[in-house]
Amino acid sequence: MNAALETHGLCKSFGALAVANDIEFRLEPGARHALIGPNGAGKTTFVNLVTGALAPSAGRILLDGDDITALPQAQRVKRGLARTFQINTLFRGLSVLENVCLAIGERMGVAGDIYRPAGSRRDVVDEAYAALERLGLAAEAQRLVRELSYGRQRLVELAVALGLKPKVLLLDEPAAGVPSSESGIIVDTIESLPADIALLIIEHDMDLVFRLARRITVLVQGAVLVEGTPQEIAADPRVREVYLGERAPA
Amino acid sequence: MSAAVSAFISIAFHGLAYAMVLYLVSVGLSVTMGLMGFINLAHGVFAAAGGYVMTRLINAYHVPFPLAVAAAFVVVGAGSVVLERLLYRRLYGADELSQVLMTVGLILMSVAIFKFFWGPLAQPMQPPAYLSGQLDLGFRSFPTYRSFLIVAGAALVTLLWLGLERTRFGARIRAAVDNRRMAQSVGIDTDRLFTLAFALGSGLAALGGALGAEILAIDPGYAQEHLIYFLIVVAVGGLGSIKGPFFAALLLGITDTAFKYKLPEFGAFFIYAMTLALLLWRPQGLFGRSS
Amino acid sequence: MSDALAGRATQAVEALLRRHRLRPWEALPWLAGAAAFFAFPDYLALGSQILINILFALSLDLILGYAGIVTLGHAAFFGVGAYTAGLLAAHGWSEPLSGLVVAGLVAGLVGLVSGAIILRTRGLTLLMLTLMIAVMLQEAANKAGSVTGGADGLQGMDVAPVLDLFRFDLYGRVAYLYCLALLFLGWLAARRIVHSPFGRSLTGIRENEARMHAIGSPVFRRRLTIYAIAAALAGIAGALLAQTTQFVALEVLSFERSGAVLIMLILGGVGRLYGAFIGVPLYMILQDRFAQADPVYWDFWIGLLLIIVVVFARGGVLGLGERIAQRLSGRG
Repeated sequence: MNAALETHGLCKSFGALAVANDIEFRLEPGARHALIGPNGAGKTTFVNLVTGALAPSAGRILLDGDDITALPQAQRVKRGLARTFQINTLFRGLSVLENVCLAIGERMGVAGDIYRPAGSRRDVVDEAYAALERLGLAAEAQRLVRELSYGRQRLVELAVALGLKPKVLLLDEPAAGVPSSESGIIVDTIESLPADIALLIIEHDMDLVFRLARRITVLVQGAVLVEGTPQEIAADPRVREVYLGERAPA
Repeated sequence: MSAAVSAFISIAFHGLAYAMVLYLVSVGLSVTMGLMGFINLAHGVFAAAGGYVMTRLINAYHVPFPLAVAAAFVVVGAGSVVLERLLYRRLYGADELSQVLMTVGLILMSVAIFKFFWGPLAQPMQPPAYLSGQLDLGFRSFPTYRSFLIVAGAALVTLLWLGLERTRFGARIRAAVDNRRMAQSVGIDTDRLFTLAFALGSGLAALGGALGAEILAIDPGYAQEHLIYFLIVVAVGGLGSIKGPFFAALLLGITDTAFKYKLPEFGAFFIYAMTLALLLWRPQGLFGRSS
Repeated sequence: MSDALAGRATQAVEALLRRHRLRPWEALPWLAGAAAFFAFPDYLALGSQILINILFALSLDLILGYAGIVTLGHAAFFGVGAYTAGLLAAHGWSEPLSGLVVAGLVAGLVGLVSGAIILRTRGLTLLMLTLMIAVMLQEAANKAGSVTGGADGLQGMDVAPVLDLFRFDLYGRVAYLYCLALLFLGWLAARRIVHSPFGRSLTGIRENEARMHAIGSPVFRRRLTIYAIAAALAGIAGALLAQTTQFVALEVLSFERSGAVLIMLILGGVGRLYGAFIGVPLYMILQDRFAQADPVYWDFWIGLLLIIVVVFARGGVLGLGERIAQRLSGRG
C-alpha cells in the first residue's frame, strides 16, 4: 500500500544556507505523526516544501504514490493535501462561516463562478455548518473572526483545512499562542479527527506530542536526526542532547 | 581612423557620459528601495533640484562651478532630510499603491514649484571656460565637459563603492539592505541609518542632475520625463544593489546612444522591449537577490 | 443535519444574499446622470468625458481595488480600444456598437496576452512591466504613423448613427446618452463580478495570497481573468472616446492618462465599486474649472490633495464616508 506522503532526498538551499538536507520521510495512511526539533530546524520549511509554497532544490515528493514535486500548490490541495499555518491566516474581517465556505467552495470547484451572487449556494453553506458543528463552532458561525478568542480562531483555522476534505493534513503548531485554558479543546479536536486522515503535526509542546503521536520524527538543522515511536524517541540520548544541550548521564 | 571605429568610439564615449549621469541619479533610488522597500517615483525631483540650485547659483550669483555643484549636493541632501522626516517616514511599510500615489503627488507639486520659480523653459547651462570646448587626445578630440563628466563620475562612483565597502556606515547599510530585522537586532539604528542613506542618495541625485545638466536638461518636467529610465536602471540593476544599477546604466546609456546614432526611430521601443525581456528573465534584476 | 442547524444555515444564506441586493441609493448615480443631461445641456461634451473616465476608472478598480494589482499602464488597454474603434471607423466600418464590441475584444485580448506574460511577477517588477507594455504600445503607435496618424492623431472617422436611429449631434446629446448607456452596462457587469464567488476570491487573493493558495485557489488564473476583463472594459471606454470625439490622439496610451485615472480612483476610494463615480467627476470638474485658468496651480494643488488623501484619507471620499457612518452608528 502506498504511503500517504513520502519525500525522497528533499533538499533546499538558499545560497550557501541549506535549510533542508536530503530528507527521507514517510507518512502512512491514517498516521498520527509528529515532527519535532529545535527552533530553526526547518520544520515549517519542510511543510512549505511539501505543500508547494517553496520549490525544492532537489528531491521528490509523492502523494499517495504520485509524484507531485512539479505540481503547483493549488493542485496539491485538489489532490488531498491540506495544511494549517503556525500563525492564523484567516480573513479576520469575514465571518467564521465565510472563511470555511471559501475553502469548501474552492474544493467543490464553484468558487470561480462569476455569475451568481456569493453565498447563494446552499450546499456550500450546509456543509460549512456541518463542519463547524463538528468542531463546536456552529454558534459562532456568523461572528467575525477577529471577534473570537485566539484559541477559537485556531479551531476555525482547523475547520478551514478540514473543509478541503484532505487525505493528508499538516498541522503547523496547532496550539501555538493559545492559552492553556483553551488548548485542551484543540487537542481534543485533533484526537477526534477521522482515522483515515494521515496527520502530521509540528509541535513544540511535548505533552501534546506524546499524547497525540504514534510516531515521531526529529528534525535538526534541516536533516532527520532520528525517527521512531514516542518511547524510542524519549529514550534516545541524541534527542536529549539536542534539546537539553547536554549528554545524558552515563 | 575608419568611420566605423570612429562611430563606435563616439557611441562609447557619449553613452558612457550618459550612463554616468543616469547612475549618479539612480543609485540613491536603488538604495532607498532596497533598504526601506519604498517605491519613490519622485526621486528625479532631487536631481532636478540639484540642477536648479547649481544653475541659479552660477547664473544669478556667479558662484564658481565647483562650489555651485557642492552647494547643490548639500542643499538638496539637507532638504531631502526634511522631506523624509515630514512625509516619507509616514508611509514606510505602507502598501505599494500608497507609496506610488504619494510620490506622484510630489512630482506634480515639484513641477508646479519649479515652473513657478524658474519658468517653464530649460535652464541654460554653460560649463565654466576651463571645461568648455574640445579636448584633443591626438587620435581624436572629445568635448571637454563630457570628458570631465566621465572622469568626475568615475571618481564619485569609486568613492561611493569604496565608502560602502570600507566604512562602518557602508557596512551597516549593506547589512540593513540584506536583512533589516537582523540588523535591528544587532543594534543598528535603522531609522537614523535610513535618513542618512536617503540624504546621501538624494545628494548624489542632485550631483547627477547638476553635473549632467548638459545631457539631461533641467526643466520643470525633469522628474517625470526621465522617470522611466531611472526606474529601468534600478529595476534592471537590482533593488538595493549598488553595483547592479551601474551596469544597467551602462547598458541603457550605450544602447540609447547607439540607437540615436544609427536608428533614432526605434531606440525607445528597443530599450523598453529589452527591459521587458530582462525583467521576465530575471525579475529581481541583474544583481538583485531572488527571494 | 438537525432542524436547528438547517434553520441557521438558511438564515446565513439569506444574510449573505442580502448583501448583494440592490440598495435604493444605488440608483443615485443614474438619476444624477439623467438629471445632468437635462440640467447642463451646454456641458454634455464634458459630461461624456466624465462618463467615459468613470468606466475607465471602474475597470481599473476591478484589478486595483479588488485583485490588488498595482499598474502604471492601464491606459494601454484604453488606447488599444480607442485606436481599434478609430481605425474601424476610419476604414469603412462605421457601425458603432459592433465597433465597440470589437474594440473591447481586442483590448481584452491584449490584456490576456500581456497578463499571461507579466502576472507571474510581483512588486516593483510587475509595476515596471505594466509600464513597459504601455510605453511600448505608445511608441509603436507613434512610429506606425501611416496607420495611426502618429503624433497628429487618427482622424477621418465616420461613425454611423447608433442602432441606425440616433445620429451623433453637434451638442453631444446622443454621445452623452450613448456613454451613459454603456457605462450602465459596464457597471452591471462589474457589480455582478464583484458580488460573485469569483469576486470574493479576488479580495481574498489581495488580502492573503498564501491563504488562497493553501485552500486550492487557482490564483494566477483568477488574476489573469480579471485582468483581461478589466482590459476589455477599459478598451470599451477608449472606443467610446474615439467614437464620440471622432479623434484619437497618442495620449490615450500615455503614462499621464494611466496616472490621471489612478488619481481619480484614489480620490473617490479604491475597492468600493463606487469610488470611480465620485472621484472622476470630482477630479474632472475641478480640472475643468481650475486647470484652464492656471495649469501651474492645478498641478500644485492636485499634487498636494493627492498627498493629503494618501496620508490621511487613504480610502478616499468613500472611505471618509464609511468612517463617518461608523462613528454615527456608534460602532467607531
